[in-house]
Amino acid sequence: MSVLANPGVRVRGLSRAFGGNMILRDLDVEIAAGEFVALLGRSGSGKTTLLRTLAQLDSADSGEVTLPATTAVVFQEPRLFPWKTVIDNAVLGVPYADARERGIAALREVGLAHRVDAWPLTLSGGEAQRASLARALVREPELLLLDEPFAAVDALTRLRMHRLVLDLWQKHRPAVLLVTHDVDEALVLADRVLVLEAGRIAFERTIAAARPRDRTSAEFSALRSELLAALGVEDDGADAQRCRVTPSA
Amino acid sequence: MENVIANARPAPRAARPPIKLNLRVLRRAYSSLAIVALWQLGSNAGLISPKVIAAPSAILGAFCTLVVSGQLAPNLGVSLGRVLVGSAIGVSIGVGLAVVAGLSRRGDEIVDPPLQMLRTLPLLGLTPLLILWFGIGELPKIVLVALATTFPVYLTLVGGIRSVDTKLIEAGRVLGLGRWGIVREVILPGALPSALIGLRYALGTAWVTLVVGEQINADRGIGFLIMDARDFLRTDVIVVCLFVYAALGIGTDTLVRLIERRALAWRPKVVPE
Repeated sequence: MSVLANPGVRVRGLSRAFGGNMILRDLDVEIAAGEFVALLGRSGSGKTTLLRTLAQLDSADSGEVTLPATTAVVFQEPRLFPWKTVIDNAVLGVPYADARERGIAALREVGLAHRVDAWPLTLSGGEAQRASLARALVREPELLLLDEPFAAVDALTRLRMHRLVLDLWQKHRPAVLLVTHDVDEALVLADRVLVLEAGRIAFERTIAAARPRDRTSAEFSALRSELLAALGVEDDGADAQRCRVTPSA
Repeated sequence: MENVIANARPAPRAARPPIKLNLRVLRRAYSSLAIVALWQLGSNAGLISPKVIAAPSAILGAFCTLVVSGQLAPNLGVSLGRVLVGSAIGVSIGVGLAVVAGLSRRGDEIVDPPLQMLRTLPLLGLTPLLILWFGIGELPKIVLVALATTFPVYLTLVGGIRSVDTKLIEAGRVLGLGRWGIVREVILPGALPSALIGLRYALGTAWVTLVVGEQINADRGIGFLIMDARDFLRTDVIVVCLFVYAALGIGTDTLVRLIERRALAWRPKVVPE
């Protein structure tokens, strides 16, 4: 893996097998600096393996991965260290002298200014995930990896988190790779949606619509149907309903 | 109703819980007090011989005599010192070995098998050997306590290190922590709750071991007082000494609990205080 001065992600011919099982096959992916990419795919399609490779948690069997200098990850579970206060979690491993100030600023951005000195186990699920997001932000990453970060929070919190992530992304402009199961989430947030199937990109669509996006528009529904089809799910209305998270729900 | 009162005058509400608690403590004490009372009555009536066990009043008297005569304090100090020095050595060795065995596979291969073998030896059975090796001074007693504390700390700390959530270790890695950073910030704090349980257990064992160790060729310490009292059939003094051991054991246990409360303040309280 090499680190480029020009931030952005380039994956060329990436392959990865676990115990003879090919998870990623000769995969090519690019994410431009500041681009928000959502990665969809069924379970076992290799989404998480790709993300873990970009996070340098897994190594590639073959292929070339180019990464920006700073990367941060938000996992599905907040993964806060329970023995460190929220602020100490946020600034752990941050090399700057003014780490604490930066940490408090990041916590303020995610709306946790009042929980700075709290123990993580006293936070609600949404608060913990926001603390985890702040911990990623403090590092001022050029690449932000989000591994189904909203899967475990309730529907209303998820909507709020979507807005928060968009705000933060628009302000800090990291390249983002969002791994998700939620088609609507991908359509609301991303510049580009990728569908991974059997370790390769099976579908790709750039979404030009301006944000915030109207989930009820015809364009949105058409994209949803297209994506669901790419994921092998029939969009017969009932499925669409299930995949949709409407504010009134 | 409760709320209205609390809002109107918060002070009386704050004062109420201790009284309630004291009543409960008192209720729980009834049966124990009754046993002590029967014991005293039996002794007074001559049904319980002082050669078997002295009356509670005699025990209390013996306690006062031991305190006033200045016999108790120095011997208590000697026993406490043996436990603290022996435990400090044993805990240090246990922590060191556990870190080696817990953090590296090779360390585990080297350290774990001999320790598991040593652990199965009956510790108190080693006493004759320790006397042959180290004589009858302070050293064999301290070595015995050190051995008794090494194993609980070793076992629980290795267990604690192994049970640290690998997801947290990964999180540490993506936050840019190096190997040592992960040990310091993630693995050791994560293993601390188990290690402190081990420490409590170790100190409990330390006292039990010392009780036995001190009854062999000791010329100072609580154990010496007991042996001396036995020669004069002073069951009252023996009982006083047993209580002193118990109090010392509770004392060191409380110390670890205080450490726990400070070091593990991050844990949600299962039982509200």
